[in-house]
Amino acid sequence: MLLRKIIFVFAVIAFFPLAAYADSLLPALPKAKENYDDKTKCVEPVEVMRQSHMDFILHQRDDTLRKGIRTKQHSLKECINCHNAPAEDGKVASAKDKEHFCSSCHVYTAVQIDCFKCHNDKPANTQYRHKISSQVFKQHKFATQDLNQEMLELLATEKEGQQ
Amino acid sequence: MKTIQFTELEGRSAGFFALMAILIAIIGAGLVSALMMHGEGHHITGMTNRIVWGTPHVFAVFLIVAASGALNIASIASVFGRTIYKPLSPLSMVLSMTILAGGLAVLILDLGNPEHLLDVPLTQFLYNSEPARWTQSVFGWNFILYSGFMVIVGVYLWFSLVPQYKKYAKAVSIFAFVWRLALTTGTGLIFGFLVAREAYDAAILAPMFVVFSFAYGLAIFSLVLIPTYVWTGRELGEILVKRLKSLLGIFVAASLYFVIIFNLTNFYSAAKSEGIQSFLLFGNNSYSNAFWIGQILIGGILPLVIVYYPKIKARFALMLAASMVVIGGLSQMYVTIIGGQAYPMDMFPGKKVESIINDGGIATYSPTIYEVLLGLAGIGIMLFLVVFAMNVLRILPESLADKDVDPHHSA
Amino acid sequence: MSQVKESKVDQYRRSFLAQSTAIAGMTLTSGVILNSVAQAKSADQPASDKNRWGLLIDANKCSTGCNTCVTACHEENGVTGSGNPETDPQWIRKVKLTDKQTQKVQTIPLMCQHCAKPPCVDVCPTNASMKRADGVVLVDKHACIGCRYCMMACPYGARSFIHEPTTEQIYPRGQGTVESCTLCVHRIDDPNGPRNPACVEACNAEGHKAMWFGDLKDPNSEITKRLKEYGGVQIRADLGLNTGVRYQNLN
Repeated sequence: MLLRKIIFVFAVIAFFPLAAYADSLLPALPKAKENYDDKTKCVEPVEVMRQSHMDFILHQRDDTLRKGIRTKQHSLKECINCHNAPAEDGKVASAKDKEHFCSSCHVYTAVQIDCFKCHNDKPANTQYRHKISSQVFKQHKFATQDLNQEMLELLATEKEGQQ
Repeated sequence: MKTIQFTELEGRSAGFFALMAILIAIIGAGLVSALMMHGEGHHITGMTNRIVWGTPHVFAVFLIVAASGALNIASIASVFGRTIYKPLSPLSMVLSMTILAGGLAVLILDLGNPEHLLDVPLTQFLYNSEPARWTQSVFGWNFILYSGFMVIVGVYLWFSLVPQYKKYAKAVSIFAFVWRLALTTGTGLIFGFLVAREAYDAAILAPMFVVFSFAYGLAIFSLVLIPTYVWTGRELGEILVKRLKSLLGIFVAASLYFVIIFNLTNFYSAAKSEGIQSFLLFGNNSYSNAFWIGQILIGGILPLVIVYYPKIKARFALMLAASMVVIGGLSQMYVTIIGGQAYPMDMFPGKKVESIINDGGIATYSPTIYEVLLGLAGIGIMLFLVVFAMNVLRILPESLADKDVDPHHSA
Repeated sequence: MSQVKESKVDQYRRSFLAQSTAIAGMTLTSGVILNSVAQAKSADQPASDKNRWGLLIDANKCSTGCNTCVTACHEENGVTGSGNPETDPQWIRKVKLTDKQTQKVQTIPLMCQHCAKPPCVDVCPTNASMKRADGVVLVDKHACIGCRYCMMACPYGARSFIHEPTTEQIYPRGQGTVESCTLCVHRIDDPNGPRNPACVEACNAEGHKAMWFGDLKDPNSEITKRLKEYGGVQIRADLGLNTGVRYQNLN
């Protein structure tokens, strides 16, 4: 009996820190900027995204680069824009940080990705985006009269995501 | 003729462990260099956007070319029926595989993104709707040729070591011989197909590389064989050494012949003779020095003299000549690969060309320690693997004394 | 963005495009090309082999001291380096040519020539070096192993290897892969219609107007008309690569 007790105590002592440690590593997923769709939330239903996001991204990557198809639904750039938006203090997580949306899970599951060796791990450079949208504005000026403020804004925000 | 007894190395002496330790250190240094190149980027090497292939490629291509040549001993024995070389066949096969492994390791470790190699089957066949285009790439063929070489020589070795399969070994040996010719041809054509560059763009590069491979492979083979027999105290008779020695002489002479034809052809073209040809041969630069002193003198003329000068002890002559052929081979690769890139491409005939990357001028290149260590690691890997193989496989004849290799020999 | 929103955007876009056609002349002079509505390709459409994008460069108009196209290109595409020209990426570079006979000096911008039969594509072992249906030659960095064989094969030295780690990319580019001029492919794919590449835009803005961008397969495009009228040469025409970039007054 005594032996069992001792083993139990040792087991608790041994596993407690481990369990606590594992707990602290559990991915803390940052919240996305907005819902793509009120029903599915993300660009596909959340369960589907959890399981198959890489398939969507892989498919999109070949379509975009090799064929020039630039839809935004499955674009990695849009993932980053929405899931790694700047915090209120203006700070943006880098892929090296655990706080980065992608890294939070990928560190936990020990699945290494090399997307960010080439892709920007942060939303597109704000200064650059400013430049682009001002250009868009110039472009749209010709068609003015009927384009109200709302339309312009929509077109401009869509434009930013195109890159 | 007595039956040849093959045995493993004992592999327990202090000398053996010291050798392995040194080789591991050389390999380790190369791996660290490669890791640094991948962490920091290739800017820590001397390679640039003008000299895109540098010292690692000099070593890698030299080893890959030599690999197919090292198989020659086995081919001569079984394809061409020279039974005197038969006892050396297993070592020849193993060595050709380990040299190739060393060369490929350098090539792969130098890649900017070696991990993407794992994706190649995916990018080729699964995700792209376009037809696979590797069939157009001579580099792509070489991937097949290299891996095929490993498999075929592996089977060849297996068949020759296992008594009940020996009867099939001859058929495999012919296939292996054809394959090795294809492999060196492919390596030569990596350069031969570069139509844009004057230094290459010649079909003769393919057969020339094949002939080079005979000499380089035999040189490395001799440099492995003799020390192994000396250090393990096994007998190595004069007859074999003399045979190898004159064989090396023939290969070196044939290489020189090709070099002369290749360069004479280039001199006949006015554009080339005034441009790249005078630069590489008479530019009074490191390339012309490497050509005349390295490739021609040390790698060609001196080995011929040593090999055919009767008063030098055969074993010493072979060692010396083989070492020189290796130095000559590395010099040749330096001139071909780096010299060929250093000379500007002639985009605008009749114009003086200037730009931020010195388009019209000679590109500068000074290799850094990382590249050299990576290249040397290729040789380290090759030696480590061959010594390891000698240690676990029965590939070395107990004795290569004259009475054991030559039935007509009378002591 | 929701589906609803997206279709709304389409609606706006259509009405916008209808209006912009009417003022196409104005857009042309402003340096922004909306070639024609027929050429505008929506985001879900793949590049088509009905187009072949190319550049025409007038060597006489290219100003000797000017480097604007280079700066604009590297700014647009976020091309950065360490300051060593030999290892830094050069998507586009100015080349100064002095005739050995007459001592005439000209400068031209040199970049990927977007060959119809690109040697870089032929030699690539992994299919990373590729040509889009509309003739734009690109590197698929997902497949690039960084062997640099394409750089050995390119007759123009137009490709660069990325020698350092990259951060803050505007378009994907990463250490250990090869890159080159993309003809500003993101601008070609603009759903509002193809726009001039950054180099052309900058050259026009500077007032030199030495570069034209357009569809070589469209008989009515300005580039085709100019080529037809004044002719244009290919660099290393002897190689028979049928380049998408042509030069005028190069003599």
